[in-house]
Amino acid sequence: MSGGRKALAVAVLVTSAVSASAQDVERGQAKFEHTCAPCHGAGVGDDGRALLPGTDALRIKYQGSLPALLEQRTDLNADAIRTFVRRGTWSMPPFRPTEVTERDIQDIAAYLRQSAAGASRGAR
Amino acid sequence: MAILPPGVSAESFQAAIREFQAAIGRDWVFTSDDDLYSYRDHFSYIKDQPNELIPSAAVGPDSTEQVQAIVRTANKYKIPLYAISTGKNFAYGGPSPNVRGSVTVDLKRMNRILVCDDKRNFALVEPGVSYIDLYRHIQANKLNVWVDTPDPGWGSLIGNAMDHGIGYTMGYYRDHFGAHTGMEVVLPNGELLRTGMGAMPASHSWQEYRHGYGPDPAGLFGQGNFGIVTKMGFRLMPAPEHWRNGLVTVPKRQDLVPLIEVVNYLGDLSMCGEPWYGSPLSQLMGNTEFRDAALAFNEGEMDRQAASANLHSWQVELQFYGSERTTLANWEYAKELVARKVPGARFTDGESLKTPLTREQIAATTGPYPTNMRRNITQGVPGLGIWYMTGRTERNPNAWNETHIGLFSLIGRSGEAVLQAQQDFAAIARKLGMPSLFPNAIQTPVNWYQFAFLMGNGFGLGGGDVSPAGKLAATAKLREVLRENASLGYGDYRAPPILQDDVADQYSFNDFVLRRFNETLKDAIDPNGIISPGRAGVWPAAFRSMRGGMRS
Repeated sequence: MSGGRKALAVAVLVTSAVSASAQDVERGQAKFEHTCAPCHGAGVGDDGRALLPGTDALRIKYQGSLPALLEQRTDLNADAIRTFVRRGTWSMPPFRPTEVTERDIQDIAAYLRQSAAGASRGAR
Repeated sequence: MAILPPGVSAESFQAAIREFQAAIGRDWVFTSDDDLYSYRDHFSYIKDQPNELIPSAAVGPDSTEQVQAIVRTANKYKIPLYAISTGKNFAYGGPSPNVRGSVTVDLKRMNRILVCDDKRNFALVEPGVSYIDLYRHIQANKLNVWVDTPDPGWGSLIGNAMDHGIGYTMGYYRDHFGAHTGMEVVLPNGELLRTGMGAMPASHSWQEYRHGYGPDPAGLFGQGNFGIVTKMGFRLMPAPEHWRNGLVTVPKRQDLVPLIEVVNYLGDLSMCGEPWYGSPLSQLMGNTEFRDAALAFNEGEMDRQAASANLHSWQVELQFYGSERTTLANWEYAKELVARKVPGARFTDGESLKTPLTREQIAATTGPYPTNMRRNITQGVPGLGIWYMTGRTERNPNAWNETHIGLFSLIGRSGEAVLQAQQDFAAIARKLGMPSLFPNAIQTPVNWYQFAFLMGNGFGLGGGDVSPAGKLAATAKLREVLRENASLGYGDYRAPPILQDDVADQYSFNDFVLRRFNETLKDAIDPNGIISPGRAGVWPAAFRSMRGGMRS
């Protein structure tokens, strides 16, 4: 690929990364709340646990170096989400393409970008 | 790692794939390794082994008509299919098939709630509808019914019922297959069958009289392989206005007998919800003297030490659904009955709450007494909070429970049967060289099914050696446990595909006449044996040579 075409490709990627529509974000939020939040949301867990299991597992894993809540993470682009969703990790099983489509992954990434930005603003 | 269905050539398989694509669209036929990875059992004991139960492809239909087309193509090419609903049957195989190389029919996209009636109290749903989905639908539409959910709420109502799953509210609703109200099934030849009143084209009561007229084949589809269920109705519990709980403890070991008699009586009269049994003596298991007595089933010594510690031997936490006054009356009646039969019984009033409970009330773990009862499932609120049991926690920060498995045996629903089962299961563990504190003399049953007791007997193998060799050794040991259980009259109710032949072997009355009967039907209804061959130990003629193949 020539330098010019590579630059164009990068520009397209960057544009697509930042040009998620409000509808994309809204769809991503709905999908996140439906499929991800029951484990990775902000609520309390079962049996007196302070956090839901996915959130608690990430709290223990990262020990504060990264947020335990996915909605506060700034490092979860579509590629990262796809890897975790399709391959699973630890006790999180993989999610099938009938459950979480490629479009869903893009929308969730768009939502997390926005939610993380909101969390960051709120933290100031 | 592309694999083929057994006995199917690459050319035939490709032709079948093209037909699947034509029937349901290319986007919903999955053949790549990346896509198929998600169809493996994440908790498999044989992960990455040459016989791991993985599919050759997966198809995701969106309608009953598409399921019919898939079945017809599979028949044409003699390709085994394996249907999944939401694919979350973890501890029992997850989405993995019985036969390596099957094509998985993934019904998740069929996720429509067709009817949810809070006056006649039933729902009619497709297989992709989860407990969480139905709960949210009920909340969004302010309907006056509850769902009876299993612990993890991501499972399918249909899938859970198909594997005889259970819940935690009132007796009738806890047996999820028993609470079904008729179903629609794609038969192995692609025809569509409806059971119960659904067999009548103009019926107004499909979800209200599940028997219809004449023999009802519905039972064949539970843990069966006679068709693919595409719609199913479920009776829903009307939302009660009030919930109350209370704790009963009884002092002596033999007091378990009258205690269970009373709770059976109350439960069978629909006067209480699921009872949660336990033993206050669990807090003495760290005491060497008591533990020795318990492991030796020294009843007199256990009673003596319990009295010395001012602890009672058994407890049951009761819960009541209804109005404030009826729940109080039922609790008072429970106390009266137990007091009549068990000298020295103690009673502690629990909480008395208007429903629906608030989030804070559901999350509460404190109250008049320490409770093991998980509020969300007693209130019909599905979630995934329970998944901490498989994952990274403070107590277990560097490992996860990758051999999560469920094995529960049916035992008699009496105190005598529980005390006998404790000794039997402990003796099996000793005989098989599995020294463990579990099972033991304070283990209690679960009353998930109103009319049956189940008792866990996986012997803690899931937390052991998780190396590939360790998992294979554990699998072999579990097969021995199942054989020993059967020799003493204990049958298991559910198992992952790698153990289904072993559980089916337990049910051997009259030279396996039940299995022979089922397989005679199977061969007549499914001559090519394409629907889930091997499911629950039912092997069609075309695949019968594979029976027991997972043992090698």
